[in-house]
Amino acid sequence: MEEVRLMKGNEALAHAAIRYGADGYFGYPITPQSEVLETLEELRPWETTGMVVLQAESELAAINMVYGGAACGKVVFTSSSSPGISLMQEGLSYIAASEVPALIVNVMRGGPGLGTIHPSQADYFQATKGGGHGDYHMIVLAPSSVQEMCDFMWLGWDLAFKYRTPAMLLADGIVGQMMEKVVLPEPRKRRTEDEIRQLCPWAINGRKNMRPRNVVTSLELDDERMEQNNLRFQRTYREIEKNEIRYEEINTDDCDYLLVAFGSMARICQKVMEIAQEEGLKLGLLRPITLWPFPYEQIKKSSRNAKGILVVELSAGQMIEDVKLAVECKVDVKHYGRLGGIVPTPEEVLDSLKEQFSINK
Amino acid sequence: MDVNDILKPENRVYKKPTLLNDNHMHYCPGCSHGVVHKLIAEILEEMHAEEIAIGIAPVGCAVFAYNYIDVDWIEAPHGRAPALATAAKRLQPDKLVFTYQGDGDMAAIGTAESLHAANRGENIAMIFINNAIYGMTGGQMAPTTLLGMKTSTTPYGRRVDLNGYPLAITNLMAQLDGTCYVTRQSVHTPAAVRKAKAAIRKAFENSLQGKGTSVVEIVSTCNSGWKMTPEQANKWMEENMFAKYPIGDLKNE
Repeated sequence: MEEVRLMKGNEALAHAAIRYGADGYFGYPITPQSEVLETLEELRPWETTGMVVLQAESELAAINMVYGGAACGKVVFTSSSSPGISLMQEGLSYIAASEVPALIVNVMRGGPGLGTIHPSQADYFQATKGGGHGDYHMIVLAPSSVQEMCDFMWLGWDLAFKYRTPAMLLADGIVGQMMEKVVLPEPRKRRTEDEIRQLCPWAINGRKNMRPRNVVTSLELDDERMEQNNLRFQRTYREIEKNEIRYEEINTDDCDYLLVAFGSMARICQKVMEIAQEEGLKLGLLRPITLWPFPYEQIKKSSRNAKGILVVELSAGQMIEDVKLAVECKVDVKHYGRLGGIVPTPEEVLDSLKEQFSINK
Repeated sequence: MDVNDILKPENRVYKKPTLLNDNHMHYCPGCSHGVVHKLIAEILEEMHAEEIAIGIAPVGCAVFAYNYIDVDWIEAPHGRAPALATAAKRLQPDKLVFTYQGDGDMAAIGTAESLHAANRGENIAMIFINNAIYGMTGGQMAPTTLLGMKTSTTPYGRRVDLNGYPLAITNLMAQLDGTCYVTRQSVHTPAAVRKAKAAIRKAFENSLQGKGTSVVEIVSTCNSGWKMTPEQANKWMEENMFAKYPIGDLKNE
């Protein structure tokens, strides 16, 4: 049954996973996302749905447990925050190369290095451009509310299984820590082994009835065949780009300036729009929901009549590169961001917009 | 009586296990891997575990183990086989899950994953091939390389002041509460092969019975890496390796 609750984004991830019918969670504590593991341990799903929850010895182990579980066709995930996600890059590259479905949550904190425990969006490059070695992509979803933390867990798994690829929820410390109302979906049953054999004929679950053996590997020393593997990955990525671009638009039809922001910054930008409207300045907001695949075409379209674009990020300027690619130098693109865990006020963002575009209202 | 009278099924005393397929093996002549692969295939067949066996292959010479033994396999990143095995077994408790790891995998890059999987008492069997050298990458020093032993990265012999001591990781495993069976075997004589087979079978049975982690170290030869003939390598192993890595059970509960 659906249930309306007030909770943190991180807690919503745990509830959403159990209700999706997840088979396993493997994680290592790190601020600001430790509530995911804590909530799962508190809820004890192994006694109800049979879901496995395991505190691993490191993020390296956690992502490789996810790799192992994913190779078995199981619905598995891990969560971490920036430094931990850096450690997981090896596993992500293997998961992508082995074409197995897995979900990874990054509740971003400020870096580089150990950085800070406060919110950041500075892992955009890492998440959307690779992170690990080799030519691969993950589907990257950017939730901006506790409801989306819940909903995108389900969407992430659906997409991961549809395309046999890793999917990442790229959240930030604000979305992970803030409390909001959330509608938790009606729980579903975990897949049975027979269902997994049907849905994932490639899964590692033993040669029942002496079916031909399955091997999950990322290794292919025959270069011709390895090139074919890579071309197959690329075909999948083109397919994802064609089908799965998601975004939200507010007042983009008739705006003087376009704001582009994701996650918590898109929430701040909604307030920026309100304040600007009171001053007679028409702002639109385009919020990419999928950061990869990126809504290049839509940004180009929505900014056609705009005098400029302000990209607002909790970083020194990462998504702005994709926005510039989208508009092909036809629109002036500026950036505003705070670093090191600082979150800007709406007034600060609006002041920066006015200053950078020389608006005197 | 001609040869066809002899080649009758009722006269057969030995055959290649059916789970060991006909793919051309990449192992060097004289290497221990081939024997251990055959034992695993034989045991899985004897246990009728073909339909529930899941192997986790390492990085190293045995990276292609999945090409030879006809069961389901996952090829793990270097050192992470025990992490993959942990998930495979916890998510599918009715399966027989084993890792196959070399000395670099088990005792260098994967020390944390190996010790912690064993310490949690994961119901998996870990087959550990210790030949004191990195075969796949061309004969570099392993964590188990003996003092004085020449490798491509210890060309004048392993020195304590430069390289530290050989790591007998199996002894550490035996100390952990999560392990139920830890043994060190070899496959250089027919008698040794029989004992190694019994050890691997026991480890596999423990996995199915949920007794905890079993570790079977096979002290092995790498005649190519050691730059010896197979016969010299066997002799060198007996005279040098067994002193640091003595054969026998370290724990049997």
